[in-house]
Amino acid sequence: MKLPSHKSVLLTGVAVIGLLLLQGCKPRGAGSVAGGDASKAYVAPGKYDEFYNFVSGGFSGQMSVYGIPSGRLFRVIPVFSVDPEKGYGYSEETKAMLNTSHGFVPWDDLHHPALSVTNGEHDGRWAFGNANNTPRIARIDLKTFRTAEIIEIPNSGGNHSSPFITENSEYVVAGTRFSVPMGDKVDVPISTYKENFKGTVSFISVDPNNGGMKIAFQIQTPGVNYDLARAGKGKSHGWMFFSCYNSEQANTLLEVNASQKDKDFIMAVNWKKAEEYVKAGKGVKKSVKYAHNVYDESKHMATSTIENEVLMLDPKDCPDMVYYMPCPKSPHGCDTDPTGEYIVGSGKLAAVIPVFSFTKIQEAIAAKNYDGNYEGIPVLKYEAVLHGEVQKPGLGPLHTEFDANGNAYTSFFVSSEIVKWNVKDLKVLDRVPTYYSIGHLCVPGGPTKKPHGKYVIAYNKITKDRYLPTGPELTQSAQLYTIDGDKMKLILDFPTIGEPHYAEAIPADLVMKNSTKIYKIEENKNPWAALGDNNARVERKGNEVHVYMTSIRSHFTPDNIEGVKLGDVVYFHVTNLEQDWDVPHGFAIKGANNAELLIMPGETQTLAWKPDRVGVFPMYCTDFCSALHQEMQGYVRVSPAGANVPLTFSTGKTAPAPGSAEKKDTAKPK
Amino acid sequence: MKKYFNLPIIALVLFISGCNNEKKQSSDSNNADVTVTAGGQENVKDDVSQKDVVKVAIGSPDHTTLVAAVKQAELVTALSNAGPFTVFAPTNAAFDKLPAGTVDGLMKDDKKPDLQDILQYHVTTSALKAEFFTDGMNIGMVNGGNVTVSVKDGKIMLNGTATIVASVPASNGMVHVIDAVLLPRLNDSSFVERF
Repeated sequence: MKLPSHKSVLLTGVAVIGLLLLQGCKPRGAGSVAGGDASKAYVAPGKYDEFYNFVSGGFSGQMSVYGIPSGRLFRVIPVFSVDPEKGYGYSEETKAMLNTSHGFVPWDDLHHPALSVTNGEHDGRWAFGNANNTPRIARIDLKTFRTAEIIEIPNSGGNHSSPFITENSEYVVAGTRFSVPMGDKVDVPISTYKENFKGTVSFISVDPNNGGMKIAFQIQTPGVNYDLARAGKGKSHGWMFFSCYNSEQANTLLEVNASQKDKDFIMAVNWKKAEEYVKAGKGVKKSVKYAHNVYDESKHMATSTIENEVLMLDPKDCPDMVYYMPCPKSPHGCDTDPTGEYIVGSGKLAAVIPVFSFTKIQEAIAAKNYDGNYEGIPVLKYEAVLHGEVQKPGLGPLHTEFDANGNAYTSFFVSSEIVKWNVKDLKVLDRVPTYYSIGHLCVPGGPTKKPHGKYVIAYNKITKDRYLPTGPELTQSAQLYTIDGDKMKLILDFPTIGEPHYAEAIPADLVMKNSTKIYKIEENKNPWAALGDNNARVERKGNEVHVYMTSIRSHFTPDNIEGVKLGDVVYFHVTNLEQDWDVPHGFAIKGANNAELLIMPGETQTLAWKPDRVGVFPMYCTDFCSALHQEMQGYVRVSPAGANVPLTFSTGKTAPAPGSAEKKDTAKPK
Repeated sequence: MKKYFNLPIIALVLFISGCNNEKKQSSDSNNADVTVTAGGQENVKDDVSQKDVVKVAIGSPDHTTLVAAVKQAELVTALSNAGPFTVFAPTNAAFDKLPAGTVDGLMKDDKKPDLQDILQYHVTTSALKAEFFTDGMNIGMVNGGNVTVSVKDGKIMLNGTATIVASVPASNGMVHVIDAVLLPRLNDSSFVERF
């Protein structure tokens, strides 16, 4: 009869011990301090991640692609910086991508990706990115994960407030960080900022069919610094919000001089109204110079066009188009929630987070509830447009992302933490530390109308003791937290390339189904392509030698070339004849002053080479393509200028018999 | 009292299974089962790329015997990889020319090493187009043996017994259709007798 009670005692004891022991399964160290569950970030070998994470490379100029939740790096997409690994910016076909009105610019600083959206939701077609230094916007095709287009932004002094995107990808925007003198009067004293310096925000239209970009119009504004931006959505669709600082209009020691006023601004632009003004002919054509570079996928080649004109709207001629809203202390992030009703301003030096109401903004505009104007642009009354303030949220708020449940996640650089708060009641719900000094953060779908939630990723500026040290320069990092419970939990910490600023994450199935496997050889329209071994050849045009070369496992055609003379420029036009997924061939030749080529199946790329001495130069395939990769090689013979060596080429031709004519053509200058 | 004695053991069992359960749960949440897929690149879903040598053979109604033999010899994975390969592909009729019962004998599990030997004698690790063959050329085959090529009046013969009747390019090499099975160790008269 006692047995049942014994059993229950036993079971209880077992359960207690079992629970105690279960604690032992959890990882130790910082992860467990943060309540981590590393297994949630585990993606088994051969399995796919749930999200693609497009992460800006900052001063690397590139965009990197990671899997979430694993944090595995899949690809670094060259965008604004040359990439010798891929031949980007070195091959004759890609050089034009980096052309600007300043000529060829081999580097830039990419801060913000923006993924294309339809009806405010990710559509998986394109990723846009900004060049912060020499102002440009790039479009990356998510079928090929390659940069397809780059457009330069004139009348801009640094493109930071960019390339944020409107609800149906109508526009990506470009607000200048630096106001600058523009037009005819540009040689002016720097101290005449207030008089001569102007700001602009540009609206770059995106062709809904092919993504093609065009500067639709620019709006000239008072000279301030534009920092970030977000498009309205839902009820606020048709509006764009730009944060700006330095309303003091300082031109030196901004650290002090741009922090004088209690409030700077968020600029609200009614871009549908702007479109009406453009249609009504209110725009003025300004003479400018900017490059527009487009990569033709069938030609495997970029072309650069210099444009000479841009349409400028002046708010003085266009009433009801632009308003300023006061926002405390040098606002950085300016983020709209999924409903489009709330706009969150994050003053870097502010003690509160102001949340503005789109409905109240409209009411204030209708009632002309202004607090004066700023160089002729109406300033809306702070209290009239404010939904409320998050009190004591943390120190140094920077950016805010959203989940689907009405919560916001704001990064705090100074206090190095993420703070979760409720958008409606403005109550702080949770906070977690980041290691260390978070800048941007990302919730999958966080800037869209339908956030996917599940995770928030912190992008940290400082890692100090987080990883094995690598000398003075350390990696920056991403940290992954789960947000599906009440509490945020750190589950993974992974290093990043360059400096990660903003990032977006998108469900994998929206992108992977469209991924290009090969370029079809029959669609190759590169004018230098050799479509088949039979078309491989070498031709001389003056001092240019054009090698129309093919590569296929495991040889080049031709692989023996003679008759090149010192002073020639040799163009290797290499066509990869493979039609097999994931079988690129590379091409490199000794002494080349540029880089290698990495040629995808079905693609043609060209390397220019100027031999600097007489001799026989080896060339080889750089991408381990097959069991006979190491056999995939050849030679180019370079003879003195004026030598009588005829131009010949071959593959698979064995040595001529001794005493034959060919044997005798030893190089002798004429 | 005896029952309490077992408590640590039960607890240990729970401890172990507790860890396992935890792992399984998280795996499920990431849709990441820790199962190992058999095989290699032959399982890659790809309707865009050119067919590899195995898929070329599978697509040919004249090569059903060869395909069955390649599967039995467990060579599908290797031949689906990057290569480069040249496969001399005997037709069904070529296999039929072998002494009666030879193929059936080779297809038995205990003869798998012999089947692998004979099939590997039909493969070389190099993508050889028909025009690469020259008279008297020796080709080292995957099984370690050699095949001698003769080229006369445009007709390419191997070991003086098999003629190339068609050539099909594949993503990872070349398939040359031949009208006779190549027999390894030509000087070993016992080879065919072994079956």
